[in-house]
Amino acid sequence: MSDPTPKTPSRRRFVASAAGAAAAASGVLHAPFIQAQPAKLRVGLMLPATGAFAPLGAAITNGFRMAVAEKGGSLAGRELEYFNLDDESNPAKAPENANRLVQRDKVDVLIGTVHSGVALGMAKVARDSGTLLLIPNAGADDITGPMCSPNIFRTSFSNWQPVHPVGRVMAERGHKTAVWISWSYAAGQESSRSFKEGFEKAGGKVVAELGLPFPNVEFQPLLAQIANLRPDAVACFFAGPGAAKFISDYAAAGLKDRIPLYGSGFLTDGVLQAVKQQAQGLMTTLHYADGLPIARDKEFRTRYATTFKMQPDVYAVQGYDTGLVLAQAMEKVKGNFGDSKALAAAMQGITVDSPRGRWTMSKAHNPIQDIYLRRVEGESNQYVSVAWKALEDPARGCRMG
Amino acid sequence: MDQVASVLIQLLNGVQYGLLLFLVASGLTLIFGIMGVINLAHGSFYMIGAYLAWSLSSMTGNLLYAILIGIPLSVALGLFLERFLIRYFYHRDHLYQVLVTYGLILIFEELRSLLWGDDVQGVAVPAILNHSIPLSDTLSYPVYRLMMSAVCLAIALGMYLLIQRTRLGMMIRAGAHNREMTEAMGINIRLLFALVFALGVALAAFAGLIAAPVSSVYPNMGSQVLIICFVVVVIGGIGSVKGALFGALLIGLTDTFGQVYLPQVAGMMVYLLMAAVLIFRPEGLFRKT
Repeated sequence: MSDPTPKTPSRRRFVASAAGAAAAASGVLHAPFIQAQPAKLRVGLMLPATGAFAPLGAAITNGFRMAVAEKGGSLAGRELEYFNLDDESNPAKAPENANRLVQRDKVDVLIGTVHSGVALGMAKVARDSGTLLLIPNAGADDITGPMCSPNIFRTSFSNWQPVHPVGRVMAERGHKTAVWISWSYAAGQESSRSFKEGFEKAGGKVVAELGLPFPNVEFQPLLAQIANLRPDAVACFFAGPGAAKFISDYAAAGLKDRIPLYGSGFLTDGVLQAVKQQAQGLMTTLHYADGLPIARDKEFRTRYATTFKMQPDVYAVQGYDTGLVLAQAMEKVKGNFGDSKALAAAMQGITVDSPRGRWTMSKAHNPIQDIYLRRVEGESNQYVSVAWKALEDPARGCRMG
Repeated sequence: MDQVASVLIQLLNGVQYGLLLFLVASGLTLIFGIMGVINLAHGSFYMIGAYLAWSLSSMTGNLLYAILIGIPLSVALGLFLERFLIRYFYHRDHLYQVLVTYGLILIFEELRSLLWGDDVQGVAVPAILNHSIPLSDTLSYPVYRLMMSAVCLAIALGMYLLIQRTRLGMMIRAGAHNREMTEAMGINIRLLFALVFALGVALAAFAGLIAAPVSSVYPNMGSQVLIICFVVVVIGGIGSVKGALFGALLIGLTDTFGQVYLPQVAGMMVYLLMAAVLIFRPEGLFRKT
């Protein structure tokens, strides 16, 4: 944060959009007799602006706005009007916040969010009100499973997806037994099931599933158990600061060189500056990687870096893709978004030319995408190979008319 | 590895975790027990310590220097806060204290974000301690963690001597027992309170300083520690340093063995323990010293 330049433009834009929102709320812009131009597309961005997920919210917003800017700032001739709301990553406030955007601000499209609990609350509001909802991160399987709906789309991943190929990768590298470890909360349990399914299908055996309450980071007792169980390898799901601590504790316990550690890619995303040494060589799988052999990605990264003075991450890509999906659907309906049902219909089976590689919207409205195997080299998650081509979430429990 | 060895290793883990909790909780219990101030910002001092470890050790290149500079800085912070803020809340209702110290959490988090950013950061273990002792053929124990436990034990002993054997300790005990009477006996209670608050802040910051290499450094890291330390203080008995030590060890062991033998309810174990203590010993295991 020593360089203040990257902050300035976004802050200025924030002030501008806040002023716009205030003006809109006061009704000045809505007096029908001055509405000569075509109606603006009202976009509600419900993302974390404070707390631990704030940087993720910022990356998603950056990506989304970049995609819109590339289309000249308007989609199919319609300008965008933003309504920003900090979701505080608080599930208890999610329905109320989402309702505010839907009822008061009358947004045509609701976009959000990072935290799965909040996203589930938003999905409920979207189902009840019929508002179009685009989810740029939250991975809860249920959103495109039992809760799937014609007007709910996800542009990121389901928790089932990124970790599913880990088992096959491990089996291919000769590991027959494994211990699974993660926090015992929804994302951890969904990842656990997916890993087990993948590893057993590839002929491996999960000898133990270890868990600790979120966000507890006292890993020492479980590491002693791993040493005791002596599996061929360990697979895990951790993210954020806890992931950094797990990587460093795993190495400090002397396990890294004896029992190889694998994981969903969130393990090593955004934490390498803290645990560079201890993380070297770790293999993870995710729907994005550094050094992808994709021309579109190289171009995206250069442009993002020059615009925002920082490197893009997987969250920026997901935000960008959300913009691409919306742009493509708007072009399909030629800007006539009407009651947004037409817009939702236009998103069915859409193919997106994303920096992460081409992906297609599944029937349950989740990306069918390539999952990459990456290795930690220096401070980057370097692309190794495609771990699973066009992986589709099984969308268990999804029944859409 | 046979069963006995594995139990011993977990015992070591539990004691080590408990000792670190003690460092933070002892400051909390002192401030609450003697000054009657509920200090929600105590976790922030832990976080500040950890961030000082990170920024000072990247500046000086050595964690030891960071600790040597960090301690006087945190004492100064404690004296400053006591003089210009906390002092005005001694005679207010606990609710005001909770509000003002909660406000401090928000301010410290924002300052942290401005000064140090929102990224997770790592602190290198000093080269001289960067070894591991093999406990079995698969598991080794980092020397730094053992060192941490030794330092925590030394501080526990130091605090015992300070409180039981010195004039200052006598005043602290008297203050904890009956504030008004102590004041009436002519003891400068203002100075005493300022010292106790600074000591509490320094203890929390010191815990953050030495824990930084194993816990890594990240936003909001204090809040988790704060909650568990309140549990320690309640179990041990408010105001009792001895209670904080036993409470912390009890929590460390319960948490560790809970994770190993009862993983399904590991998250609740600590709170069940607290509930049990509150039912049978509502004042905590140790009354005020």
